[in-house]
Amino acid sequence: MADDSGQFRSATIAVLVENEAGVLARVIGLFSGRGYNIESLTVAPVDEDRRLSRITVVTSGTEMVIEQIKAQLDRLVPVHKVSDLSLAGPHLVRELALIKVVGSGDHRVEALRLADAFRARVVDATTESFVFEMTGNAEKIDAFCALMRPIGLAEVSRTGAVAIVRGSSALTVQSHNG
Amino acid sequence: MSATSPHAATQPLTMSGAEVVLRALKDQGVEVIFGYPGGAVLPIYDAIFQQNAIRHILVRHEQAAVHAAEGYARSTGKVGCVLVTSGPGATNAVTGLLDALMDSIPLVCLTGQVPTHLIGNDAFQEADTTGITRPATKHNYLVKRSEDVARVVHEAFHVARSGRPGPVVIDLPKDILINKAPYVEAPPATQPHRSYRPVTTPDMAQIRKAVALMKQAERPVIYAGGGVINSGPEASRLLGDFARLTGFPVTNTLMGLGAFPSQDPQFLGMLGMHGTYEANLVMHGCDVMLNMGARFDDRVTGKLSHFAPTAKKIHADIDPSSINKNVKVDVPIVGDAGQILAAMIQVWKEDSQPPMREALSAWWRQIDEWRGKNCLQYVQQGKIIKPQHAVKRLYEITRESGRETFITTEVGQHQMWAAQYFGFEKPNRWMTSGGLGTMGYGLPAAMGVQIAHPDALVIDIAGEASILMNIQEMATLCQYRLPVKVFILNNEYMGMVRQWQELLHGGRYSESYSAALPDFVKLAESFHGVGLRATEESQLDDVIREMLATDRPVIADICVAKDENCFPMIPSGAAHNEMILGPGQEGGVAGVTDEGKVLV
Repeated sequence: MADDSGQFRSATIAVLVENEAGVLARVIGLFSGRGYNIESLTVAPVDEDRRLSRITVVTSGTEMVIEQIKAQLDRLVPVHKVSDLSLAGPHLVRELALIKVVGSGDHRVEALRLADAFRARVVDATTESFVFEMTGNAEKIDAFCALMRPIGLAEVSRTGAVAIVRGSSALTVQSHNG
Repeated sequence: MSATSPHAATQPLTMSGAEVVLRALKDQGVEVIFGYPGGAVLPIYDAIFQQNAIRHILVRHEQAAVHAAEGYARSTGKVGCVLVTSGPGATNAVTGLLDALMDSIPLVCLTGQVPTHLIGNDAFQEADTTGITRPATKHNYLVKRSEDVARVVHEAFHVARSGRPGPVVIDLPKDILINKAPYVEAPPATQPHRSYRPVTTPDMAQIRKAVALMKQAERPVIYAGGGVINSGPEASRLLGDFARLTGFPVTNTLMGLGAFPSQDPQFLGMLGMHGTYEANLVMHGCDVMLNMGARFDDRVTGKLSHFAPTAKKIHADIDPSSINKNVKVDVPIVGDAGQILAAMIQVWKEDSQPPMREALSAWWRQIDEWRGKNCLQYVQQGKIIKPQHAVKRLYEITRESGRETFITTEVGQHQMWAAQYFGFEKPNRWMTSGGLGTMGYGLPAAMGVQIAHPDALVIDIAGEASILMNIQEMATLCQYRLPVKVFILNNEYMGMVRQWQELLHGGRYSESYSAALPDFVKLAESFHGVGLRATEESQLDDVIREMLATDRPVIADICVAKDENCFPMIPSGAAHNEMILGPGQEGGVAGVTDEGKVLV
């Protein structure tokens, strides 16, 4: 790509789409077909009558590639809006993780102590296991998992990032004659 | 959301889904549909049988149906329409759909599908059509509810023709076609789509920036592409007006040929890999470039890091994703080419600053010097017909005839020679597979053009290899008495492959010889057409004249020099100013690096 010697950056992109069959396949197919990275992707309906879904995709690339990703997303027919939260100003990024730790004796005590420090909640417990629930940004969850690994980390399930801009401005669709 | 009246739900439904489809097509202005029947679409064929508003053209292969619709669309500016069955019908159409996507051709393709309750069961002739065609279409639909049929058809036409045009697939399960369905009218044009709203009106601030740049240009160029043609004939007229107003030189892309008249003294010819010397050097040396509806394709730019190194670039395109995709530009303008040109003309006239007249005159003197190279010259001597000469004579004789002429091509050397030696004075007269480079495009595309323009002269300039990829359509031509002329430059090689093997692969002609060719004269006759042949230069004009005078499908087998290469040529990975002008300079290709060789 010409003149694209720029630095790689990460981008958190929010996409408001029609909640219809195949829309997620279009978005994912666009990324795989054009060779873009997907670091994480989340999707769920977000409005009252479940006609709109919000996709949050974390990707990376040079500035030119990220601009291309946004333009390509924006031209998909069922896409209402594309917003690059990384550029939109201060924003919150959160991820939810369920983390299963298996062990006994001191390991259990240590696991609970670390969970407390990370504000992870115990949502399931047996005599040889815990399931912790925690929210935070990806780094926090990575750090928690790294600490749990020697203690008995058995399984991790993560949602991928969801994100929203701070303050009163809101990402909504243009008024439509629905 | 829908325009259904409150009473509609209570009225008894009288139309089947298939009848609703046909009614919606008719309301969308469809006059002709290219298709091939099969089990899943029998209800639509039954409905076609019982009406007269829409004419169906039976092709011999679904790929040809799509190319025919492309030819129809490109020569008329209307949306082309295709009807194929499920499974193999749909998969055969895929190449045509992608071809239309790459070249921004508006199409609606109806595909049959197994009934909704069988979807996912690996039923007979089932294919995941929306899955397969998703990256080959602008948009696609699987209709799962009868009440959606009419709305989806209307929306598909809107999506296909608006913004950057493209192909749209509607996958129609058989039960949806058979069951009763409500008809709804198309929504009024004023009612915007929920999510799809392409920008057509340009931002005037960007127009003023562009005009300010152009007013200061000393070495300008207008590089115009298919976007001008897609905008409609008015945009081509405005391009001519703007060129005359500014005095700027104009070059066209392969897709843009005809957007600016070839006879105009400001025309530099086509640019790019096989473009003219003057067009490519103007691109290389310009200080201000106006890209009007083209997409900085790799065939045009050559080596990106050396592309127009001193130019300020203005890029006008209806598709925002085309801007800054390959080449970073200084002034992006999103909008319809016609509206942008109209706005530029207005701002140019209002702006009091005079253009750089002296610098422009010097630029034109430089251009005339480059033109003096006469880069398209060739020597026709002896009996053997030079392919360039064959196209040139075809052009001259058709021009003398004064008939409205449309040219389609297949893909390869003959395509480039057609682009170089056949001149186009108007838009929508030149149909070629530019983006996808689909061999087998030209014959079915010519069929679609001839359907739209029954009295015009429609010629497919072909190679002997490409033509065999959809030769079965000779049967369609003969069935509908379409007097398409197939002009084969027969050099018994896949010429462009042979040329690259000669220049880049040590002359090892791996699998590029067209062995066991049919006798094209007898082949034409076997399809109830007319076959002609020229083997010597002295026969060429007579064959061309006889071909033009024959009011039936014709194959003219023009046996040309077997080892002719297509020049000028920018070797892959090279810059515009590293062009090879002709034989004897092939040494220039020796410098092609491995980095260049990986490029296609």
